Amino acid sequence: MAKKIKITPEIVKEHGLSEDEYHIILDRLGREPNINELGIFSVMWSEHCSYKSSRRHLGKFLTTGDKVIQGPGENAGVIDIGDGDAIIFKMESHNHPSYIEPYQGAATGVGGIMRDVFTMGARPIALMNALRFGEPDHWKTRQLVSGVVAGIGGYGNCVGVPTVGGETNFHKGYNGNILVNAMCVGLARTDNIFLSAAKGVGNPIFYVGSKTGRDGIHGATMASAEFDDDSEEKRPTVQVGDPFTEKLLIEACLELMATDAIIAIQDMGAAGLTSSSIEMADKGGVGVEINLDNVPQREENMTPYEMMLSESQERMLMVIKPGKEQLAFDVFNKWELDVAEIGKTTDTGNLVLKHKRKTVCDIPIAPLGDDAPNYDRPHVPTPPRPVLAAEDVFETQDYNDAIVRIIQAPDIASKRWIWEQYDRHVMTDTVDSSQSKGDAAIVRIHGTNKAVAITTDVTPRYCYADPYEGGKQCVAETWRNLTAVGADPIAITDCLNFGNPERPEIMGQFVGCIDGMNEACRAFDYPVVSGNVSLYNETNGVAIPPTPAVGGVGLIPNLDFFRTLSGAKDGDTLILIGETTGWLGSSIYLREILQREDGAPPPVDLAVEKLNGDYIRKLIRGRRVSAVHDLSDGGLAIAACEMAFASNIGLSLNGPSSGPAHSWYFGEDQARYLISVGKNDVNPILSTASAKGIAAQVVGKVGGDRIVGAGAFDVTLEGLRKKHEEWLPNFMNGTDA
Amino acid sequence: MKTAVIVFPASNCDRDAAVALENLTGRAPEMVWHRDTSLPKRLDLVVIPGGFSYGDYLRSGAMAARSPIVQDIIAAAGKGLTVAGFCNGFQILTEAGLLPGALMRNQSLKYVCKPQKLRITNSDSRFTKAYNGTADVTFPIAHHDGNYFADDETLTRLEKSGRVIVKYDGNPNGSARDIAGICNEAGNVMGMMPHPERAVDPLHGGTDGIALFKSILESI
Repeated sequence: MAKKIKITPEIVKEHGLSEDEYHIILDRLGREPNINELGIFSVMWSEHCSYKSSRRHLGKFLTTGDKVIQGPGENAGVIDIGDGDAIIFKMESHNHPSYIEPYQGAATGVGGIMRDVFTMGARPIALMNALRFGEPDHWKTRQLVSGVVAGIGGYGNCVGVPTVGGETNFHKGYNGNILVNAMCVGLARTDNIFLSAAKGVGNPIFYVGSKTGRDGIHGATMASAEFDDDSEEKRPTVQVGDPFTEKLLIEACLELMATDAIIAIQDMGAAGLTSSSIEMADKGGVGVEINLDNVPQREENMTPYEMMLSESQERMLMVIKPGKEQLAFDVFNKWELDVAEIGKTTDTGNLVLKHKRKTVCDIPIAPLGDDAPNYDRPHVPTPPRPVLAAEDVFETQDYNDAIVRIIQAPDIASKRWIWEQYDRHVMTDTVDSSQSKGDAAIVRIHGTNKAVAITTDVTPRYCYADPYEGGKQCVAETWRNLTAVGADPIAITDCLNFGNPERPEIMGQFVGCIDGMNEACRAFDYPVVSGNVSLYNETNGVAIPPTPAVGGVGLIPNLDFFRTLSGAKDGDTLILIGETTGWLGSSIYLREILQREDGAPPPVDLAVEKLNGDYIRKLIRGRRVSAVHDLSDGGLAIAACEMAFASNIGLSLNGPSSGPAHSWYFGEDQARYLISVGKNDVNPILSTASAKGIAAQVVGKVGGDRIVGAGAFDVTLEGLRKKHEEWLPNFMNGTDA
Repeated sequence: MKTAVIVFPASNCDRDAAVALENLTGRAPEMVWHRDTSLPKRLDLVVIPGGFSYGDYLRSGAMAARSPIVQDIIAAAGKGLTVAGFCNGFQILTEAGLLPGALMRNQSLKYVCKPQKLRITNSDSRFTKAYNGTADVTFPIAHHDGNYFADDETLTRLEKSGRVIVKYDGNPNGSARDIAGICNEAGNVMGMMPHPERAVDPLHGGTDGIALFKSILESI
């Protein structure tokens, strides 16, 4: 610091701290904080780090279970998949940076979520992403899709972790605020999992990875003139990713983790050195003293404030066992990474920062966590919408036109243009990926015959219509997708994207979704083990649709038994499992054909979900079905088309036994699966289902080169496939108009 | 058969190559670090794996081609050692001057990852013999810089002398004359953009890569 900065009410406000919050700081310190200390409190008490609006609601989640080794609170969640293997996973948002600078925003989102996973001792084995863009006609959408996809690919491809699946939606609700949610799944041994709690006194603290620069410094800071007349002009607060360094960090960290040199380890994510050092000290109940002069720096004359708040990427902090320092230096030098011993653990309980032989920060650590604000924001429930009767929804007179329009609608159209830019095969354990044909991605556990199944899902239009039912539905859909490939669903991670929590109706969406999700988690014994909350996703007072993205993980115990959409055979019978009432409220049919987004969304009966799903899994393991697909957007007709595309064969569906055809073909009732079955298995499956109280009916047969819905549509497989495939490339090439 | 896989910083198909070699030769390859100055003794095959060596910074393959171990690979190749480079390995071999031409950014300017139909155009090479004349195979491709370029004279020379061993059936990246893989004049150094090591297990979606490794095995 060239000179002392006076802490004025304006500076406190610019740091995003309320008057009340500032008074707590004065009280705990017994004095006025200096600018470094104020900066540290402000980031630690930010919504992002403190979860001050969401904490009390997240506490309701089911977070424990037989298979849970580590629930929320660490860098990522950990589950047990047997044989000493553990799966470590988490999903996180990088929404705002991706809107400002799509390539780097998305790339650093992928980098950050991978660090959360390998920090705990896991080798990352799969990446997923859940993307929401504005409507295709919006002038920024094409550029954002292009940049985000290139950024995700540019990072994951270089690091050499396969991107195995995801989902992409387009809706005007995201015009000013896209969502980029990235998920990483890693593999570790259950007896070699690393946590972040620093332990012991006098243990060395190591800094490893990229040098610290001025990128990503806390946005809510004051103008540079007020800050320090001598400091250089501020860089834009955009982080820049370096996947090359990340790859070296993964290999170096895993190499050091194979020894017994590490006591605790934490990646430097949001709020960089500040949150990593404080979280490690707080969890371990120790103090920390850091000499900032030893922090590897990319730029000259960096201030303590800048160093502590920098969000430069690809950096890790670790507490090393005394006597193992040289081993750590050797490993990191081998991988040509910057490494420095920057401090020690202490018994003071304080965070002490030294810079140029002066103490520039000395604050107790406990209040940063313990006294962090925890608000019970007012919330009002979303008013229920009327249930639409199918008879009251206009029935198209041209089903051939309707099915073409739906199959090429932005949300339904093939996303090949996106996923062909991702390396899906590296590590050579991705199963059946080239065709991306399963409801969930399947990744073999290296050197074994078991696999994890992974999916990400949420239906924002349901959540917007009814947060509680939508919350149930997003968890249920992941459970269903894992089930549809034959996996035992184990646990979820979530990425809760909402608007401004200070508005009661937004907080109502948040609370409603969480309550619905939690009910589904409990019904399936399917706990939340990690997650992330992203609030304030709005522009000009317009919030995004509530979007609680859920990442589900399950286990396929034996790869001799799994199924995808792609196995339907000529002569197979199509059986629909689950009851169809013809629910058209908040459906794709309503939106794409009638341009309406009204009506209550389909309710989710969790007991029926469980019953139907358990039966499907049993059929897959008994090799009784040749293909399986869950029914979701677009209902029976779209599920059948997708199965036909994947299996490369036509099919025909029977019409409804009663009621209008549009609700039969396009209704979105939940808990349903379409299965393709050889003739000898048809009657046994129907009678077993009946005995179990499961709705099951023959709805068609496989064969030919057309997709036929009796009394409705009759189109060629290849013609429809062409429509399905060409929308996104045409849109991206600007030839869709 | 004694094999080695070179590991550069940010190689990322090194393990994939090692798994394929171990499964197909019955013996794990030696993993050789880029800063080593000499290859293990009495090797039968060196594989330069795919990935993003040195982050693809400068140009893909350019920095790796100047690493210590590559100097020994150049010397050993001159004495007849079999060398195979896949994807980034192909880029490194061209940058090292062991193979002619260069790999430029894909014509689409986009990374492309998909199963790719290929035609074996010379089934007499030590890398393709075991295909027994089978012309059509599918390997995955996954690259950003796979657009093969050389001057016309070089291309014609390569084609006439049977050094183009594999071509794309449906050019995915703009490569001159659909070239996917070539070998050197002596026939012991080969580079290709597709990934045969990702096509050796039914769960990968195909096993067309096995015969490539079998060819090398049988030639030794």
